Amino acid sequence: MKESRQTKMGNDEMTTVIQIERALDALGDPTRRAVFKRLRRGNRSVQEIADGMEVSRPAVSQHLKVLKDAKLVLVRIEGTRRLYGIDPRGFAALRDWLDGFWDETLMAFKHEAEREAAKERKMK
Amino acid sequence: MTDQSMTDPNSVRKVVSVQAAPEIAWRIFTQKMGVWWPLATYKIGKANAVDAVLEPHVGGRWYERGDDGSTCEWGRVLLWEPPSRLVLTWDISADWQPDPALNTEIEVRFIPEEGKKTTRVEFEHRRLDRYGARRDEMRRVFDTEGDWGRLLASFARLAEGS
Repeated sequence: MKESRQTKMGNDEMTTVIQIERALDALGDPTRRAVFKRLRRGNRSVQEIADGMEVSRPAVSQHLKVLKDAKLVLVRIEGTRRLYGIDPRGFAALRDWLDGFWDETLMAFKHEAEREAAKERKMK
Repeated sequence: MTDQSMTDPNSVRKVVSVQAAPEIAWRIFTQKMGVWWPLATYKIGKANAVDAVLEPHVGGRWYERGDDGSTCEWGRVLLWEPPSRLVLTWDISADWQPDPALNTEIEVRFIPEEGKKTTRVEFEHRRLDRYGARRDEMRRVFDTEGDWGRLLASFARLAEGS
């Protein structure tokens, strides 16, 4: 029983690791990064993303596919339009461990500052 | 502690309420980092870390000191406004290695509340897309050393355990 739980945890861990790797790989390319950044201001069609970029529309589509596979970008259908937007899941994996790290670190800071404040109150 | 990080995928935000005046909160944060920072778990250098130091001026270094006297840089001070606002660079890559070109940013604001008895500490770690920006440049190193996955697994464990 205990062993099977450990195996499951291992799998979850691997999923997280693979997700972080994919997100970082996808964002390792400067053009894909530019595409990703454009979507931070809202959902766009492929044409809207390609406008003003020195990249062809098919190339943008290809980059979007990689970002989509890495769960960084998702497609929304609005009427006859396919709009691309940021998928919070992909970056979430990378953010998750930073998030946990800062939680722990800031709690440690809080405790120390409160300990100091209590000490100084007592001295007054 | 609340988590508002879903709003911007490129940043992690934290808000923590501290039962101390902003002056005390600022002092503990900037001068006593070595006391509260979980150095046993999160240190970057090879030596056992005994202190974490923030030089108190713009351009100042942010580093850990090892028990052998060595130092290992974490980042730089970009903005120094005691006791209310602090901006730092966090130049530690995704595999916990110093990378001076990484330049992710940390901003900490100390906001007085309840007649200065409490401080609302707003924390933001932003420009996280820089991790991706450095990824292509770093990949060769990871491939050579082959321990990228192993390191990430341990981060994931730490993050999930907290």
